[in-house]
Amino acid sequence: MQMKARTTGLAAMAIIIALLPITFPNPYYYDIADTALFNAVLCVGLNLLIGYTGQISLGHAGFFALGAYASAILTLRWQVPPLAALLAGAVAVGALAFVIARPILRLKGHYLAMATLGIGIIIYIVLNTEGWLTGGPDGLMADNFTVLGWKIKGDGSWYWVGGGLLLLAVWLSLNLIDSPVGRALRAVHGSEVGAEVVGVNTTHYKVLVFVVSAVFASVVGSLYAHKTGLITPGIGSFFRSVELVTMVVLGGMASTFGAVVGAIILSVLPHVLTTFEDYEAVVLGLIMMSTMIFMPKGLVPTVMRRLRRRRAAA
Amino acid sequence: MFAEFLQYLLSGITVGAIYALAGLGFAIIYNSSHVINFAQGEFIMIGGMATSSLVAAGLPMWAAVLLAVLITMLVGVALEYFAVKPARNADVVTIIIITIGASIFLRGMAQIIWDKESHSLPAFSGETPIHLMGATIVPQSLWVIGVSFLAILVLGWFFNRTLFGKAMLATAYNRLAAQLMGIRVKRVLTASFGMSAILGAIGGIVVTPITYTNYEAGVMLGLKGFSAAVLGGLGNGMGAVVGGLIVGVAESLGAGYISSAYKDAIAFVIILFVLFFMPSGLFGKRGTERV
Amino acid sequence: MSLLRVNELSKGFGGVLAVADLSFTINAGTIHSIIGPNGAGKTTLFNLITGVYRPTSGRILFDDVDITGKRPYELAALGMSRTFQNLQIFFNMTAVENVMVGAHLHLQPRLLPSLLHLPSVRRRDAACRERCLELIEFVGCGKYRDADAASMPYGALKRLEIARALASQPRLLLLDEPAAGLNATESREIDDVIKRVAAQGVTVVLVEHDMKMVMGLSDHILALDYGRKLAEGTPEEVGKNPDVINAYLGAAN
Ligand SMILES: Nc1ncnc2c1ncn2[C@@H]1O[C@H](COP(=O)(O)OP(=O)(O)OP(=O)(O)O)[C@@H](O)[C@H]1O
Ligand SMILES: [Mg+2]
Repeated sequence: MQMKARTTGLAAMAIIIALLPITFPNPYYYDIADTALFNAVLCVGLNLLIGYTGQISLGHAGFFALGAYASAILTLRWQVPPLAALLAGAVAVGALAFVIARPILRLKGHYLAMATLGIGIIIYIVLNTEGWLTGGPDGLMADNFTVLGWKIKGDGSWYWVGGGLLLLAVWLSLNLIDSPVGRALRAVHGSEVGAEVVGVNTTHYKVLVFVVSAVFASVVGSLYAHKTGLITPGIGSFFRSVELVTMVVLGGMASTFGAVVGAIILSVLPHVLTTFEDYEAVVLGLIMMSTMIFMPKGLVPTVMRRLRRRRAAA
Repeated sequence: MFAEFLQYLLSGITVGAIYALAGLGFAIIYNSSHVINFAQGEFIMIGGMATSSLVAAGLPMWAAVLLAVLITMLVGVALEYFAVKPARNADVVTIIIITIGASIFLRGMAQIIWDKESHSLPAFSGETPIHLMGATIVPQSLWVIGVSFLAILVLGWFFNRTLFGKAMLATAYNRLAAQLMGIRVKRVLTASFGMSAILGAIGGIVVTPITYTNYEAGVMLGLKGFSAAVLGGLGNGMGAVVGGLIVGVAESLGAGYISSAYKDAIAFVIILFVLFFMPSGLFGKRGTERV
Repeated sequence: MSLLRVNELSKGFGGVLAVADLSFTINAGTIHSIIGPNGAGKTTLFNLITGVYRPTSGRILFDDVDITGKRPYELAALGMSRTFQNLQIFFNMTAVENVMVGAHLHLQPRLLPSLLHLPSVRRRDAACRERCLELIEFVGCGKYRDADAASMPYGALKRLEIARALASQPRLLLLDEPAAGLNATESREIDDVIKRVAAQGVTVVLVEHDMKMVMGLSDHILALDYGRKLAEGTPEEVGKNPDVINAYLGAAN
């Protein structure tokens, strides 16, 4: 039964991704869609940490930015091939996450929020300050992404890369959740001591998922750098971290499709709101507050539950 | 040499006093509701912005200050009523998003009501610097330190000597027991938001002549206040005050002796360092979690 | 043969000793009950044995190996599991998933195969699910097998915790008030489950206030008061002990 829901979901997503461009009136829409897809991939990773394992991170934009800068710096300054740079960035970010995860994930609730927030802000400030390496507030240019002589260029090609990556990410996430490792992660969320007494090393799993979600962020960051061509420290700001968490929570914690939906909504929203530019912050704030008040479980789980209830009633 | 140190120390204590007030605001709300109010920094911003615009509109300083404090308090109470209360039993992440949403909302409102420019206030008693063992200090710094100190004393008196203050402490200690004793817990919650807002506004008003203010000024102040509260141990009022002063002084010394570019990072480095070794802050409740 | 040995164990909370200088032995293949008035230190003792708390002093030996200070998951790997007085169910999962977490140690959980859902993972998972469904049936929660734990009644959750603990295939199973809050019928069902678990050769340590159940099930009883040993022996011996009677009457006043 679960198996079926998963295949249906994945197939539906593939079809939507494949057909969506037909509705784009101009290439600018590709740009918006690319950002939405990238954010969605990142949020699928972040959801493993926040939604499934129940550990908050208010600093994940920092890992995203580190991935982006690693790619830009390595390819530009040292002519490292983009794919190698992406992998190097992911390994470095994974190693950093691994080192800080152990002390950080001993913390709970607001203390964990504080610590991750601190990590994010420190990364942001370093990117801003070490201008000799990062270009400081002006940022860095990044070149096109080439693999084996094939160049990904233009928002149209990035759309297919982003779409393919999202399908892959969702598939991996759905697999993981329904596996021994995924159940251990969810058990950590449910009751740490309950998990420990049946043999789950909760520290190990918290560290593992923190590293996995950081690597997701780093990889997406690398691709983002190549796609936009210019990155600035702002991509690692506290506000960005908050935005990412909001995407996950808005779409629905502990729901892979929820994370995707949340990411897409919040990525598209600013473009819908450009007509009331001055009100953007007010509207975003209101949306954050009202979804959390009226649907604390997030959009997708809430809607699914209503549908199921209606079907049961019918 | 010493003069330089003293200079850094004095400016550190000045900002530290503001962080202490913000941290205290976090602590009061956390105690009564276990909510971390990420909009605490916006109270500071609103206090400063409102006073500045009211003075510009021609109100005498004292009236502008009173009115601004009142406005901020109402914002705090409204925040509790409309955003926090309806989500009473939600989990930590949900409430974090709500108060962050509130802070973004308030920032947006400030930008609409006022603008994106910097605003200032005249110093309360002139700008002539006072010399002290080779260091100089502007009179406004003394206002900041003095008013903060006074606010902390008044709070101490309130919590230890008044019935309502004791009721608030009792609620923090054991909500259910407090309720059974006839304490109206709902009122305690509302009051805690009102009081935190007042503290924020006061801090914002006294510091504006030195730092200026704008619609975004609350972000960093709020985060530093949160650091102060966590450093001291969440829910510990005096801890938050000490935490605020430590953060302020460390930041100022770090900016002076190490690197001014990393001024804002210092608070967070300290906090990470402390949390690594003391997971519930310097003076936080320790003990074995009950199973 | 002794499976668990506790030597001069103490645990203090801010100066007050919840378990004080306690020594006893539990033999393999028995049902061993620990009784005592509220606050006697029974749950604290369980938390010490299973590694949830660290003792202030003293030693714990499992199979003659010193396990003092080991973490709960390490002890689970050595063959020890437990249930809780206050439910520690994974309310974000279904009943059978809860039990499948119990089988964690027997699934070789690794990241990459899990991410890719390799056939080996799927096969092991399917087999594990079957075994866990049997366990759910065994404790009498069959009709909730795929229900969300959050929607199950209290009595069923108590039994689900037993099934989860059993899924780790323990040699020593500690049950902290498995019948608390249950009605007479449900208590009898739990009683029956415990007997069947013991019959399979699992050593059971039971904390329970239901004296009828304790007297009926136990091979051996340890009575605690204020963290100290009050009496120890067969049910008859402990039931006749004047100190025990006193402590219980005292607590009843
Ligand atoms: N984590 C803790 N922190 C502080 N004190 C604790 C903690 N856990 C237990 N205590 C104290 O230790 C003493 C023993 O408690 P414990 O829960 O072990 O008793 P118990 O015998 O299980 O009682 P009950 O029959 O009510 O379950 C009590 O005074 C209790 O308040
Ligand atoms: Mg107990």
